[in-house]
Amino acid sequence: MNTEEILSVCNLKQHFYINNDLTIKAINGVSFQVNKGEVFGLVGETGSGKSTVARTIMGIYPATGGEVYFKGNKICDQKIYKQNKNDIHKNMQIIFQDSAAALNSRMTVAQIITEPLRINRLIRDKNELRDKLESLLSEVGLDNTYKAKYPTEISGGQRQRVAIARCLSTSPDLIIADEPVASLDVSIQAQIINLFQRLQRERGFSFLLIAHDLSIIKFICDKVAVMFHGRLMELAPTKELFENPLHPYIQSLLSAVPVPDPIFERNKKHLDYDVKRAKIDGELVEVSRGHFVLKNDQETK
Amino acid sequence: MTEPVLQLINLSVSFDTPNGEVEAVRDVSLSLNEGEILALVGESGCGKTVMSQSVLKLLPKTSRIKQGRIIVDGEDITNYKEKQMRKLRGGVLSMVFQDPMTTLNPTIPIGKQITESILKHNKVNREQAKKRALEMLNLVGIENSEQMFSLQPHFFSGGMRQRCVLAIALASNPKVLFADEATTALDVTVQAKIIDLLIDIRDRIGISIVFISHDLGAVARIADRVAVMYAGKIVEIGTAEEVYYDPRHPYVWGLMSALPSLTKAGENLSSIPGMPPVMLSPPPGDAFAVRNEFALAIDYEEMPPMFQISPTHSAATWLLDERAPSIAPPISLEKRAKA
Repeated sequence: MNTEEILSVCNLKQHFYINNDLTIKAINGVSFQVNKGEVFGLVGETGSGKSTVARTIMGIYPATGGEVYFKGNKICDQKIYKQNKNDIHKNMQIIFQDSAAALNSRMTVAQIITEPLRINRLIRDKNELRDKLESLLSEVGLDNTYKAKYPTEISGGQRQRVAIARCLSTSPDLIIADEPVASLDVSIQAQIINLFQRLQRERGFSFLLIAHDLSIIKFICDKVAVMFHGRLMELAPTKELFENPLHPYIQSLLSAVPVPDPIFERNKKHLDYDVKRAKIDGELVEVSRGHFVLKNDQETK
Repeated sequence: MTEPVLQLINLSVSFDTPNGEVEAVRDVSLSLNEGEILALVGESGCGKTVMSQSVLKLLPKTSRIKQGRIIVDGEDITNYKEKQMRKLRGGVLSMVFQDPMTTLNPTIPIGKQITESILKHNKVNREQAKKRALEMLNLVGIENSEQMFSLQPHFFSGGMRQRCVLAIALASNPKVLFADEATTALDVTVQAKIIDLLIDIRDRIGISIVFISHDLGAVARIADRVAVMYAGKIVEIGTAEEVYYDPRHPYVWGLMSALPSLTKAGENLSSIPGMPPVMLSPPPGDAFAVRNEFALAIDYEEMPPMFQISPTHSAATWLLDERAPSIAPPISLEKRAKA
């Protein structure tokens, strides 16, 4: 087993100051590690802070507290970030949910995909650049006719493929995907998930997948962390979490996931969890190997 | 058997665009019985929303009903004028949309928004309307309805807002409720509660519901009958058990096996190759043929008719013709039928 850490987040905090009476604590002490070649899933309901985690790791917002380490470098520190700028820009990439907003509508697909290569000055030769573009396009399942098209001319699934090709162009070691398939149809969703899985196996990059759809997480991830109100509630290997959830919130969440099976669904009882009375203070405690759960006196036995 | 509350007979709806005619709904026939929940499933752009909005006549002026009839409660409403429709909307037919925040007026208290529709459709005074509105809030499971009555929508969470929208939709005792992706924007836990609420309301007041969704999981819980749409046509319709455990159309096979929850981790997710067709010039034969690995030669030439499998179950695919070779559905589905 290769257990080299590529991304490590320690006690990360992100507070948004609104006014003197109100500060929104979007992330309130989140810690996890992503190992090399691992697919790490981050799940949570709306407003639990999962997208904010992704953005804070990428440095889009400066963190209020806590540390982010990428390959052992503390990148939340501006000085260290600047020293390692080239490495970070090349090896850490993000894919957003809304590909229509993420791609510049005034650039062609070819320009969009090669832009990171040109900016990072990885390939300067024109022919080489064209070869790279064509191999990237075929890798994500698009043909060369797409090169001259604009993002508005292609469908949502194809746009997401372009976004993936762009992010793969620099051969990153870590890809963060923030709800990459949430806005796609079931059959297209399956195509994109297969694509992710194939690329991840071929290239072996680490993958931090953020999603609200538990069935996708269950399908693709090695390890899962569940977020709730800016805290991690439970962190475990995927199989362990789905078979043996410990926290009542996660038990209720799992029971609410609809299963496409009418007779099973109709007889299923939902477990209720009172969100208002939820206690989110306490510490993450390791209960079995690799299985952490947020512990406080009232909730977990 | 009683008469169906809603009946569509060979309905086709088209849009006139500068590039030509877009055939959004093509020759759809279905009926909805009293107290029944019918789910309409399909990918985006397959015509499920256009179909339901054509019943309520909410479509823009570029659209027209090309052929067919819409019968609501025994009355043909195909050629109803706007004035006549206004009585039906909210009265007999009601609709709940995907995003509760855009449905509700953010500046008007919830209570006032509910009484508005009651006053419009019933001959009642303000006091009676308020009483009815409070009843509705209780029905949709909002506690402290007296206090909530005077609050604006931004005080409520997404699930509560959707409950308020439901209260408005149900306020004047409609016969048919259209729920257009009503639970899609909500979290799974909230979605589960709203679905249970819809079932509970159906059991209590006997309303018929058309539940439009692309989530096969949510549909499995709520639906009595399921209709799967593709490229403007219903390709398969039957009871939930029939469609889920014994699907006959290759598109439905594809949809089911594309679900991650039915596939073992580590295995490849089977996906349907290609894209849904553009409805500007739909292909002459089965629109799904080009994406269908089991397509026969005739699929490219002639539209398949609806083949009856049982009194409640029918599907439009040439594979059901007696001359067609018999093809076993993909293995992943068989496994589940046994489990």
